[in-house]
Amino acid sequence: MAEVVFDEASRIYTPGATPAVDKLSLTVNDGELVVLVGPSGSGKSTALRMLAGLEPIDAGHLRIDGRDVVDVASKDRDIAMVFQSYALYPSKTVRDNMAFPLKMRGMDKAEQAKRVNEAAEILGLTEYLDRKPKALSGGQRQRVAMGRAIVREPRVFLMDEPLSNLDAKMRVQTRAQIAGLQNRLDVTTVYVTHDQVEAMTMGDRVAVLRDGKLQQYATPSELYDRPVNAFVAGFIGSPAMNLMDLQRSGDGVTLGGSTLPLTREVADAAGSADTVTVGLRPEDLSLTSEGDGIKAVVDVVEELGSESYLYAHMAEHPDTTLVVRGPGRTRVRYGETIAVRVDPDAVHAFDASSGERLAS
Amino acid sequence: MAITTERGSTTTSSAPVDDGPRRTSRTGPVLLTTLTWILGIGFFFPVLWMVLTAFKTEGDAQSSPPTFVFTPTFEQFRTVFDAGIGPYLANSLGATVISTLLVLLLAIPAAFALSMRPVEKTQDVLFFFISTKMLPVVAAIVPIYVVVNDIGLLDNIWTLIVLYTAMNLPIAVWMMRSFFLEVPSELLEAATMDGASLARTLREVVLPIISPGIFATGLICVIFSWNEFFFAVNLTSANAGTMPTFLVQFVTSQGLYFAQLSAAATLAALPVIIAGWVAQNKLVQGLSFGAVK
Repeated sequence: MAEVVFDEASRIYTPGATPAVDKLSLTVNDGELVVLVGPSGSGKSTALRMLAGLEPIDAGHLRIDGRDVVDVASKDRDIAMVFQSYALYPSKTVRDNMAFPLKMRGMDKAEQAKRVNEAAEILGLTEYLDRKPKALSGGQRQRVAMGRAIVREPRVFLMDEPLSNLDAKMRVQTRAQIAGLQNRLDVTTVYVTHDQVEAMTMGDRVAVLRDGKLQQYATPSELYDRPVNAFVAGFIGSPAMNLMDLQRSGDGVTLGGSTLPLTREVADAAGSADTVTVGLRPEDLSLTSEGDGIKAVVDVVEELGSESYLYAHMAEHPDTTLVVRGPGRTRVRYGETIAVRVDPDAVHAFDASSGERLAS
Repeated sequence: MAITTERGSTTTSSAPVDDGPRRTSRTGPVLLTTLTWILGIGFFFPVLWMVLTAFKTEGDAQSSPPTFVFTPTFEQFRTVFDAGIGPYLANSLGATVISTLLVLLLAIPAAFALSMRPVEKTQDVLFFFISTKMLPVVAAIVPIYVVVNDIGLLDNIWTLIVLYTAMNLPIAVWMMRSFFLEVPSELLEAATMDGASLARTLREVVLPIISPGIFATGLICVIFSWNEFFFAVNLTSANAGTMPTFLVQFVTSQGLYFAQLSAAATLAALPVIIAGWVAQNKLVQGLSFGAVK
């Protein structure tokens, strides 16, 4: 039970160079699951390790329940971490792995056994308690790593890409398990991933980082509906949002020979700029009948069963490419020309130079 | 460190026989296999010959051409035991076991520190360690002799123990460090977060993982100190003499007693072979972690 506050916390590896984490400020509420997401090198793992006490905090503050932990040793912060590699102790059995943090805290044997058994029960590990990690599957090892964290009953859980060593199916299963477990235990959790799908599905709130700087900290739906800049817009959503630099023409922008209207606020915010970065999600584009719509030539068809994604380029501007969501079992084939309709309410617009969102 | 590759080349050469079309490419493996066997036998033959000679009479041992067919006898071993092998064996055991334990006791924490907390001068420290092995021992024997003589420790087993510890320490630090570097840093971080002290982490988490490395290092130290001759022959005589100095007794001015020498050498090699065999069982467990993925 804890609230975690990053207050302009920075990590600077070499003085003068770009900080790995640059004045990060965000608050994780009690019981909340917050996901730090970003491409590699965005500082998300460093931020987590700062909270874990494995990296020093070079500037700013980091508070857990109001207490500044900048100078508090890792073991005294009352936090538990699940590592990407699981970091299980190979010479110890599952039972001893899970009991290790309790033993280190001098807890009496009976209480240790009770907690380990409870955790094993929750995680379905009871029958594996006497095995060594190398006799377990990847998913089981992952659960042991979870178990070692939950026996502690820590104030904060930290998870560093805990699913990245699992195969696709296990990942989806375990994703749901972790989210369920977190709900049930109601422990404040900070979760790091580079996978935006994990971030969207698991996080109560998601912090998008890039080059050590926080880009946007919001609920998944807000990130999706109102990305604050072109980077977040392109990062969140799969397939990624179509981002195009388009010429202004009157009240709108020119796209494939037709004009895409912009709202009054966007047009005002764009001011006198010649171009605007327009973002269109594949799901906000639809196929329409011949005649109206933007003409595009299909390069690749990805058939997913319930839906399909058409990768296409503009008939008149081959350099401009688009991803369009089509119906399942589409009859569109490679090389065909399609007509694409844009939902005018779903147009995202960003400043072409700064990438910042224009108006609403 | 490659530890268990001894039989690697012969295993790879037993290539699958079933794929016909690739037959032409099989002359390579066959050649390699033959070469491996020739080299293997070349290395092993002197040892085999020593053991065989140990069971011969002095007459059979001196015969030319050498005989493979002879009536085995334990006569030479009896002579060797009568010559008083006991004290030498005890000295060798003492010097080897105690110095090896001391080396491990000192090298493990040193290597742990050098691998886990590298500082600016870590490379220099490592070079300093290994540089002590660059001076020929002969160049150091006179000052060592003088010092040992002055403190009255000539012909004392503790002199050898100290010297053997010093002699093996640099190699042991280097070897142990390479094993420590294999331990994933996330394991240490996990132990830190679980609340384990550094000593506790070393004992409970790291050492069990690198135990094959400890055995490998220990074995090297055992072999080096068991076979050490130069210090032993210069600094000891009747009281603290070790097995190598005992062997020299059979190379006398009256002639070379091949069979006796072989019997003594076989006895001298036996403990090392046993140590090697025991350690190998530990070594083949390998550095397989199971901690990472």
